[in-house]
Amino acid sequence: MLSTSTRQGLRLASRISRSTPPRVLNLYARASTSAPNSSSQPPPEPRTASFGFRTVPEDAKESMVKEVFDSVASNYDLMNDATSFGVHRLWKDSFVSSLRPGRKGPMKCIDVAGGTGDIALRILDHARETYADRETTVDIADINAEMLKEGFRRFKKTMYHNTPQIAFHEANAQEMSAFPDNTYDLYTIAFGIRNCTSIPAVLKEAHRILKPGGTFACLEFSRVGNPLLSTLYDQYSFSVIPLMGTVLAGDRDSYQYLVESIRKFPPQAEFAQMIREAGFATGKDEDGGAWTDYWGGIASVHKAVKL
Amino acid sequence: MSHPAVQNIAKLALKGSIRVQIRKSSLALTLVSQQSRFMSSKPNYEGHIPLNRFETALLTLGSAFVALTNPRRGDMVAALGETTAGPTVSWLRDRMLASAEGRKILKDRPRVNSTTVDMDALARLPDGSLGKAYVTWLERCGVTPDTREPVHYIDDPELAYVMQRYRECHDFYHCICNLPVNVESELAVKYFEFANLGLPMTGLAALFGPLRLTPQKRARLFSEYVPWALKCGGTARSLITVYWEERWEQNVDDIKKELGLWDPPEARWSKPLSEAKQAAEKRAQNQRAQV
Repeated sequence: MLSTSTRQGLRLASRISRSTPPRVLNLYARASTSAPNSSSQPPPEPRTASFGFRTVPEDAKESMVKEVFDSVASNYDLMNDATSFGVHRLWKDSFVSSLRPGRKGPMKCIDVAGGTGDIALRILDHARETYADRETTVDIADINAEMLKEGFRRFKKTMYHNTPQIAFHEANAQEMSAFPDNTYDLYTIAFGIRNCTSIPAVLKEAHRILKPGGTFACLEFSRVGNPLLSTLYDQYSFSVIPLMGTVLAGDRDSYQYLVESIRKFPPQAEFAQMIREAGFATGKDEDGGAWTDYWGGIASVHKAVKL
Repeated sequence: MSHPAVQNIAKLALKGSIRVQIRKSSLALTLVSQQSRFMSSKPNYEGHIPLNRFETALLTLGSAFVALTNPRRGDMVAALGETTAGPTVSWLRDRMLASAEGRKILKDRPRVNSTTVDMDALARLPDGSLGKAYVTWLERCGVTPDTREPVHYIDDPELAYVMQRYRECHDFYHCICNLPVNVESELAVKYFEFANLGLPMTGLAALFGPLRLTPQKRARLFSEYVPWALKCGGTARSLITVYWEERWEQNVDDIKKELGLWDPPEARWSKPLSEAKQAAEKRAQNQRAQV
């Protein structure tokens, strides 16, 4: 009969192709339409934000990002595995082990834009396996309810479901008024901050809710220095990833937005400066100091401490 | 003898080698209907997604895999059709240009969906007319013309329209041949389209589709439907040149005689699908949202 690997392959194949039917996303059409201003005075300069390579009104970005993540939520983990060939798991493992959660006793952690729970699960597992710590708690905060639902489903399959170690909150990273000051030992945000409309606002909130001595850690796609790697990476991002989105998820626009938003995110040194401006203390402006590059800069971890 | 499928295959065999040489010697961007670019360029029409050769190849492979394993992914079947079309779409366009009715279609560029076709007016037409037969067939199968994926991957806007027209007329072919939408009837229509129009995708569906059938259905397909499809499709007039929207009141039998069609063996009509109901619900939702 069929070998196990063939059977698994076939199961994966049918899982891939039984994806949700295509969603028509008119993101780019919507971005370009705007109400004509008929007043006699020149209108005030509207505040704009970048949505991939497009410039959109600031208020629009949030809802457009919401649409993207509503659309990708059900296939999010599958698409992460497909587009990064599973490498995102290595990055997230490195990220969490470098933070060593639970080493100095139980921690209160918050994972922002943590929808499907990748980082939260790794934090809890690391604390449990390495330090026999079952008191560390993680609050997952995400602006998108669909992503939180997926995270909740995934946590139901683990031992942390229905324990005080995990909690889910629907919250906007720029405006977390429901969270009191000086509460958390660890604030993580993985592959989420580039989707936020105002990065300084997110950093300010992070600074507020962290305890003095608390750690801010951000894992995000960043700039690749090496020109050869950068060319290959760009080719791959713009040719292969949207096609994968089309074929596997029936949704090209969301993945086009995702790869464009990576290019618009500030480079490592600039982001480190923004972190300092929010009041954090970082290492030196070099690889290994304020940030650590993974895979030549394809992903990068920025760490900082609130003094 | 004018089996378009045979003609197309012969043309491809002859032109294939010549075209490769031309492509290799000129690095300049060529505006031939085939994708012969190295870089993606600007969109030529709404919904156009320009792809370079590598991306086209990738999409062909990916969509072939998905279309075979999950044929309900209509967008992937459509993508495969567009990426494998090659020069055949421009040959179809030439056929349209060669007939007066086809030229009219290219000039008017009619679309077939529930906003351009007045379903209620068609339902009021007398029995035996094309309009009435079409609406009855749609209801009996539970499908709607609104679920056709727009064309994305064909560069020339006119050829993109020809492909869109083919996709939207697919239901008319079902209706005029009196075939439902289950798998074996779809395959019969694919064989018919391959013989009549010569698109590679129809040939691919004809080759690989029967693999999804049970042996009994496959036997019935090849013994009864395929001979009908090839004979009828091959000798009938090219159906892409038929301006269906101007023939609503005509009698179906008269149309069949004019085009050179005859009925296939009796097919198995199953329960209607839910597509039409879902589309009607979505339309009602949109209307409520607008109000």
